[in-house]
Amino acid sequence: MDIRVDTVRKEFSHYPALNDVSLDIRSSELIALLGPSGSGKTTLLRLIAGLEMPTAGRIFFGDEDASSKTVQERNVGFVFQAYALFRNMTVLDNISFGLKVRPRSTRPPKAEIRRRAMELLDLVQLSGLEKRFPQQLSGGQRQRVALARALAIEPRVLLLDEPFGALDAQVRKELRKWLREIHDRTGHTTVFVTHDQEEALELADRLVVMSQGKIEQVGTPDDVYDRPNSPFVFSFIGESSSMPVTVENHELWVGGRAIGLPAPNDAVGEANLFFRPHDVELVEDGAALAGVVAASRRVGGTRRVELEIGGNPNRVEIDLPFDHPAGEKTRIAFRPKRWRVFPQA
Amino acid sequence: MFEPDVIYDSRRVILPTDHTRPTTERPWVRRLLIGIAVVFMAAVLVLPLVLVFTEAFRKGAETYFSAFADRQSQQAILLTLLVAAIAVPLNLVFGVAAAWCVAKYEFWGKSFLTTLIDLPFSVSPVVSGMVYVLLFGAQSVLHPLLKAYNIEIIFAVPGIVLATIFVTFPFIARELIPLMQDQGNTDEEAALSLGATGWQTFTRVTLPNIKWGLLYGVLLCNARAMGEFGAVSVVSGHIRGKTTTMPLDIEILYNEYNFAAAFAVASLLAMLALVTLVFKTILEYRFGDELAGTRRH
Repeated sequence: MDIRVDTVRKEFSHYPALNDVSLDIRSSELIALLGPSGSGKTTLLRLIAGLEMPTAGRIFFGDEDASSKTVQERNVGFVFQAYALFRNMTVLDNISFGLKVRPRSTRPPKAEIRRRAMELLDLVQLSGLEKRFPQQLSGGQRQRVALARALAIEPRVLLLDEPFGALDAQVRKELRKWLREIHDRTGHTTVFVTHDQEEALELADRLVVMSQGKIEQVGTPDDVYDRPNSPFVFSFIGESSSMPVTVENHELWVGGRAIGLPAPNDAVGEANLFFRPHDVELVEDGAALAGVVAASRRVGGTRRVELEIGGNPNRVEIDLPFDHPAGEKTRIAFRPKRWRVFPQA
Repeated sequence: MFEPDVIYDSRRVILPTDHTRPTTERPWVRRLLIGIAVVFMAAVLVLPLVLVFTEAFRKGAETYFSAFADRQSQQAILLTLLVAAIAVPLNLVFGVAAAWCVAKYEFWGKSFLTTLIDLPFSVSPVVSGMVYVLLFGAQSVLHPLLKAYNIEIIFAVPGIVLATIFVTFPFIARELIPLMQDQGNTDEEAALSLGATGWQTFTRVTLPNIKWGLLYGVLLCNARAMGEFGAVSVVSGHIRGKTTTMPLDIEILYNEYNFAAAFAVASLLAMLALVTLVFKTILEYRFGDELAGTRRH
């Protein structure tokens, strides 16, 4: 089921939480809504689910306009961050809830409901726990029950709101991998919200990066990571360093010296240079960015140094091999291997 | 407190020796405080309760039980049961509806509504009774209309029921609001997203989530409905055998110097209070966490 969000706007007491957002979600795609808190990602997910109604704009499920449909009519599977399992029901009753509440005409017979619930329990690798109550399960197990419950109604789309947000790092990693497997096996169109970029990059076919109620960029993890289209995306996804530069004569200049990087287009004026700290090469001669080491610290297998360039008070970070002999006040010249230049706002 | 021979450094933590923890009072302070509390409880709570029963049985069990053979007292007991049987279920519905509104929705005037729910707690029961007299009594604007249709409210059972509903309204709502606010909306949203109708969501998800809090509220509401004196006294008219509830009956018997009978009926009311307390304690003991945030009454 593909989903089309068409210039949707959502206001909460006149404060716009979403600003004319449009998005196409392809069938069977696993897509992540990523952004800092307050960026509108959860609002967008709840609008798709029908748990909120848009102030303006429309939402299509396939060719069908779902905008005015209730959450029940939309037939979506929704997984909440805090699990929202029914605490008075066993695991099995939780999973079969969606089938049991159907009107008699479309409700499968009891034995069939039970069979399907057990099948799903098997899918989420919790066989044998059907008689437990939610309180008797760990966080990871609860979220798997919640997913099985959402899948039981054979939803047209699966929506997950920070599904792993309440779990600890180890369990989160396992569930991540496992969600990908489930998605590949069941082929549901899946949208999940996260503020964890690592999760989004690892799990999603495509990422939707959001900020302040707007979509900043939509693309594959490679697209978004390697070709960020705005300063926000560049600094939000992955590590980044930035510094002010001047664009002139199709070249970038810092403090009156060319730094050996060509300008991307014909624009002239003040701009900001963005690059990844690990994506630089040290150079001995030629035009380059040069600075003195102001501080350095060990980060995993590399050494991250802060450089002061041309007396600029904003330090720039780059990664060096951990055995690089650079110490305080050492002069280092480097060129970013890949970079982006954004005009100053 | 400071002992000069003790070296305080980061590796050694010295506990004062005369009492085990620095935050605990000295034993004699503790004993004194507990003692005061116990004496106070005995004098103010236990003694009167015991007195009710000893007074009731002063002239022997025979006199005690003969008090209940009195037709008018029997009718008072029946009326009390009837009033509670109407008022409690109605307040159950109102209370759940009000709590649902306040806890699950945001709307203009919400804090005003919350205050309004508390009104019967803050206003004197006598005033509540008077309001109904003014509203439906002989001097009211509504009176000609009521008279035309031969409806009696004041000095009749409907008035007593109305006054009781008013006075006992907050108990269930107050019990449920913090509980429902605490639980939030996500369980309901989950049920709706799974295709449940509003009613299915309420009966299968919301109600089971609040059932112990609800039962607790019903118990308190019932105890108050049966024991209410002030408001009921104003609207009842004290017609013995017709519009007297148990508390009113006790007052009449007492004013007639019929102490044994007065205390016999009183002991029945006191018994109800004890049973309510026992249930309440059992509920708190068994389902303490599900009644969270409701230690108010």
